[in-house]
Amino acid sequence: MSTRDTDWDGVRLHVVTGKGGTGKTTVAAALALALAAGGHRVLLVEVEGRQGIAQIFDCPPLPYEERKVAVAPGGGDVYALAIDPEAALTDYLEMFYNLKRAGKALTRFGVVDFVTTVAPGLRDVLLTGKATEAVRRRSGGKFAYDAVVMDAPPTGRITRFLNVNAEVAGLAKVGPIHNHADKVMDVIRSPETAVHFVTLLEEMPVQETLDGVAELRDAELPPGGIMINMTRPATLGKRDLDAAMAGTLDLDEIVTGLKAAGLPGDEATARALATELGEHAVRVALERREKRRLAAAKQPRYLLPVVPDGVDLAGLYRLAAELRQQGAA
Amino acid sequence: MMPTEAPGLEVDRLIDDPRTRIIVCCGSGGVGKTTAAAALGLRAAERGREVVVLTVDPARRLAQSMGLTELDNTPRLVADIGGASGGRLHAMMLDMKRTFDEIVEAHADPARARQILANPFYESLSSTFSGTQEYMAMEKLGQLRRSDEWDLIVVDTPPSRSALDFLDAPARLGRFLDGRLIRLLMAPAKAGGRAYMKVFSVGMNVFTQAMTKILGAQVLKDVQTFVSALETVFGDFRERADQTYKVLQAPGTAFLVVAAPEHDALREASYFVERLDEERMPLAGLVLNRVHTTGAADLSDARSLAAAEALEETKSHPLVASALRLHAERMQVAEREARLRGQFTSAHPAVPVVEVPAQPQDVHDLEGLRRIGDELADLTRPTDLTG
Repeated sequence: MSTRDTDWDGVRLHVVTGKGGTGKTTVAAALALALAAGGHRVLLVEVEGRQGIAQIFDCPPLPYEERKVAVAPGGGDVYALAIDPEAALTDYLEMFYNLKRAGKALTRFGVVDFVTTVAPGLRDVLLTGKATEAVRRRSGGKFAYDAVVMDAPPTGRITRFLNVNAEVAGLAKVGPIHNHADKVMDVIRSPETAVHFVTLLEEMPVQETLDGVAELRDAELPPGGIMINMTRPATLGKRDLDAAMAGTLDLDEIVTGLKAAGLPGDEATARALATELGEHAVRVALERREKRRLAAAKQPRYLLPVVPDGVDLAGLYRLAAELRQQGAA
Repeated sequence: MMPTEAPGLEVDRLIDDPRTRIIVCCGSGGVGKTTAAAALGLRAAERGREVVVLTVDPARRLAQSMGLTELDNTPRLVADIGGASGGRLHAMMLDMKRTFDEIVEAHADPARARQILANPFYESLSSTFSGTQEYMAMEKLGQLRRSDEWDLIVVDTPPSRSALDFLDAPARLGRFLDGRLIRLLMAPAKAGGRAYMKVFSVGMNVFTQAMTKILGAQVLKDVQTFVSALETVFGDFRERADQTYKVLQAPGTAFLVVAAPEHDALREASYFVERLDEERMPLAGLVLNRVHTTGAADLSDARSLAAAEALEETKSHPLVASALRLHAERMQVAEREARLRGQFTSAHPAVPVVEVPAQPQDVHDLEGLRRIGDELADLTRPTDLTG
């Protein structure tokens, strides 16, 4: 789909997961922009009913309808869709069974509650079903979208969410739902799908990422890249880091430096800065350790810089450029 | 803009008060709820209370620090806590499937219980339904409260995106079980089924046809068996959930909303605060976790950056230049956090707030929990860094 070589050529369904607080939705949006760059059509879907995409692109809440939300550098388009299980169910009934009237009756009788309450496997079939339908959809002899990016449930649930086949198998061994789940799985298991993990260089998100990658492999689902979010450039050398960590920084030197910079070089400020350097050093050491642990997963890794003032649209384009530069899109 | 000054949250007064029997820590996922709950429980125990902490999904190392090595659904004594105070700390991890199984076993005769436990829909409902965890947390809380073995129960709510799930999920499940669909599905299994169907005759044909078409006949049958088997169990079950919900409204319960100083987490916290108010549930306050602090608040980010640049130009004092850049960044973060906090307190001026500074690394031992506990109880910290 691209004239450039990327790490994920041939992948058309990018599933983006991550622990809460890692910036999963932001990275999914940035990835969609990156994939759209240079004239492609990309659909960004969300499945958790949070309207996170609308917030990121600063537009009104998304209806159950594919809507253009952004233009990518070089003339590509990003469309967005918030998949709502109820609407997806009606859609599904219409598409596969021509049961428009039934949809209304089912809603009235609380079937939607049933689908979303008793059997989450069924809800997930609907959500993944809608996303994979967009992947397969053709118009005018070619694919309607060059790529679909899904802002998926968090890492702890991702394998279960994608492995709908296994989930549904227990509920429906034969029959239409089973067949539908099979079709969804065909796409998800194919080389056209990659599941990316968003993480921070912190202990818990890294652990969840490693567990998630292992779980996906066990379920024979395709792990993709690891997007390490909110990273900072290294500013201190090893000697300074060691001294900062050990609390042996020379306060006099800091005082002299502060004065040289035209600041009042009082000892309290110097001490406060030394404390901040010490905390920074602890963090850097921790980040290095977590980075090494991530390397063990043997999946491509991408480093996304922290956007100091919180991610706005400009920040999103910057992250997209990073992803492209590093070969993620 | 000067942020509105919120009252400080007096954590020690809350946990020392013998009338406080339940503290519910809620908030969106990833804000440090579990750690806050554990730290509170530990502090209360060391101040002499008989405490049980109910956690739902702790990080492995945090669980280990409290001596929880596996999910076993029973409170375990955490060793070496309390000392002279006479307090004790118990901790347990919720196993939602086991809690569910126990309820079924307690309320259905053995044959029926076996039938329910073996049904594929039960398997699905008890282990994957996103609301089951909330329902079971609520149920476990009720059990612990009724046992009266502890004088303080600290609950860590399940990790969901929305803090409201904890309050809403049980009702949703209850509504579903009361719903028309259930009655409809059970109708054929009942003696009076025919008459029943007549009531629903409008759309009934379409309904069964559609259900059979979508689900397949076998699935429909499984669902029906499951639903009718559960019905015997659930009348009682629903009542218990309602009772527990009422306990949450009673004096003696305190909600602590935990949030990180980030836009999304604080928005969720806001929703939750409003909701608690609507439900007349007692809110103790907001724990603002992982706040960035500095010992050099007088040195603004702009001055700090300018000074760093000056040093970099002359290529002198690179360490100090880096320190100033780090400080500038920290000041920016602190200002953003203060702004967000200001927005929250403007909207909810009466909600007491306590800030817990960001820790350089994750907490996974009792010492770390004690440190968080000290921070939680610290009333000396300036409430506004930038003002």
